[in-house]
Amino acid sequence: MPEVAQREVTFAQAIREALAEEMRRDATVCIMGEDVAEAGTPFKVLSGLVDEFGKDRVLDTPISEAGFTGMAVGAAMTGLRPVVDIMFGDFITLTMDQMVNQAAKVHYMSGGRWKVPMVMRTTLGATRRSAAQHSQSLHAWFSHVPGLKVVLPSTPYDAKGLLKAAIRDENPVVFFEDKMMYKLKGPVPTEEYTIPLGVADIKREGNDITLVATSSMVQVALGASALLEKAGISAEVIDPRTTWPLDEKTLIGSAKKTSRVIVIDEGYGRYGVTAEIASVIGEGAFYDLDAPVKRMGAMHVPIPFSPPLEDATVPTENSVFEAARALCNRN
Amino acid sequence: MTIITERSKTSATKTEQALQMYRQMLAIRLFEERVNDLYTRALMPGLAHLYIGEEAVAVGVCEALHKDDYITSTHRGHGHCLAKGASPDRMFAELLGKEAGYCRGKGGSMHIADPATGNLGANAIVAGSVGIATGAAFAAQRLGNGRVAVCFFGEGALGQGSLYEVMNLAQLFKLPVIYVCENNLYTEYTHFSETTAGEILNRATAFGLEATAVDGQDVRAVHEAGSRLIERARRGEGPGFLLANTYRYTGHHVGDIAREYYRPKAEEQEWKMDRDPIKNLTKWLLDQKVADSAQLSTIESELTAEMDKAVEFAVAAPYPSPEEVEQDVYA
Repeated sequence: MPEVAQREVTFAQAIREALAEEMRRDATVCIMGEDVAEAGTPFKVLSGLVDEFGKDRVLDTPISEAGFTGMAVGAAMTGLRPVVDIMFGDFITLTMDQMVNQAAKVHYMSGGRWKVPMVMRTTLGATRRSAAQHSQSLHAWFSHVPGLKVVLPSTPYDAKGLLKAAIRDENPVVFFEDKMMYKLKGPVPTEEYTIPLGVADIKREGNDITLVATSSMVQVALGASALLEKAGISAEVIDPRTTWPLDEKTLIGSAKKTSRVIVIDEGYGRYGVTAEIASVIGEGAFYDLDAPVKRMGAMHVPIPFSPPLEDATVPTENSVFEAARALCNRN
Repeated sequence: MTIITERSKTSATKTEQALQMYRQMLAIRLFEERVNDLYTRALMPGLAHLYIGEEAVAVGVCEALHKDDYITSTHRGHGHCLAKGASPDRMFAELLGKEAGYCRGKGGSMHIADPATGNLGANAIVAGSVGIATGAAFAAQRLGNGRVAVCFFGEGALGQGSLYEVMNLAQLFKLPVIYVCENNLYTEYTHFSETTAGEILNRATAFGLEATAVDGQDVRAVHEAGSRLIERARRGEGPGFLLANTYRYTGHHVGDIAREYYRPKAEEQEWKMDRDPIKNLTKWLLDQKVADSAQLSTIESELTAEMDKAVEFAVAAPYPSPEEVEQDVYA
């Protein structure tokens, strides 16, 4: 990260800056979604963009996720670079045919002759007291589908650089933002940069255990690392940043170095991101491991409304700390 | 090899155009007869859905389009692809899974796509391409390139909600898109009256689309109605909906031979004898003395020879090498 002109911006502002910069750079980039223009989305992530780029490029749509996502697929095939806004990650269910059967397959099915350079931005994450239909983390679903790329930024710096790369990518990219992270501040340089998709980031170096964490769980893993430090355990925190393409080399390399791994992701563990990453590490670093790879994800329940119930569903600094200590035989 | 020859819109007289449409309809019929033959001789993997009986719809509409206008097609899509300018040899090659096919053998019968002729792709999800066509119209409008998009679908697609989402979007944004509903009376094996409430056209006029119904067995009528909607859309006056009443002579797919449990043979005979689009146009061409029967026979033998050559080409063409399986998943 460059040293010059460092400043702190929020995660939401980093997203907004990435969009504004790419829209200035390329007239074919446009935004479409529900309440994206004057309202700037309910999370106010897009506030002000319509003032600079107008309603032709920041397009308010009806509540028709399948319709406008499908429209984005066609527009991407024929010369635009649409960025679709799906307000809550739970609503991706309404776009599944467009993303899975259309966007993901157009390039392959046409023998490489059509391509779909579009981005779908959406959210994930619980603990916002929004109940079962506004709190899921469903990124594993898209990670399962050949033809799609899936991005999970965990800091304002990563969010900006990854979103700019996603917009310039020639493929359909799904970009999941943790809705609880929009106000998180972090250093973001003023000068132009992008972050390539498929490169993990070592958020903290350590020697005794590797915590592979995505999106919302990166801050949790960093918090747990501080607790572990006090207990005399040196944890390495790795953020894959994209679930596909997946930087298997960095994950396996860290596992070989520390010999113990916990994978933490806010999606459901069952058939999910933690299962895949644990399997990649298991196959790639088996003979260097001193313990089975442990997985921590959302509990296998619909996300409940009541705060004490909801809080029990996701990994926390303490639960990760305890799990790591147990894995290192330091109870 | 190009059966459907390039033509100049400005110089084509009504009669020349009628002769051209005769040629195209016949090309499609001869193509489809050979598809059935390839299937019956077990030379074709998978299945095919034949367009025989419906030729006037694709030909009448596509005759009113420019080469760089867009179409989307369906699982019953060979006719649309040919009418928009695809070459039979590469079409047959695709149907046989050969490398010389339009999609290098990766798409097959239901997924022919060809950027050179504006074909955004045939789609095996019923109503799967309604978003893509609408998005292509959106891009054409935003880029100001004067193109229109035609979305072909069968009446079965009237059951899908995404169609109504995109018709609403198209009218809101005044997009240059025409939805062409081919009512061939049967939604697979079920009469459309059992699946379709109310009047079909009302579904389009509810959104304010310019909607019209036409005899889908009369290619000149289809062309006239299609031209009006297409030119209106091109002028920026908004989307259109064309209901073409037609008939599927053969089964839902090539293997659907015993059909009497869902429709009587007498009904099929009636359409074939009295309402055949090629017979209808032949009679008109002869009555109007646009052509004599010797000329029409010459066209038929030319097309027959070309189609047989195209089949030979495809049968002899090599399969893609197994290494190609991982190519073009990502652009």
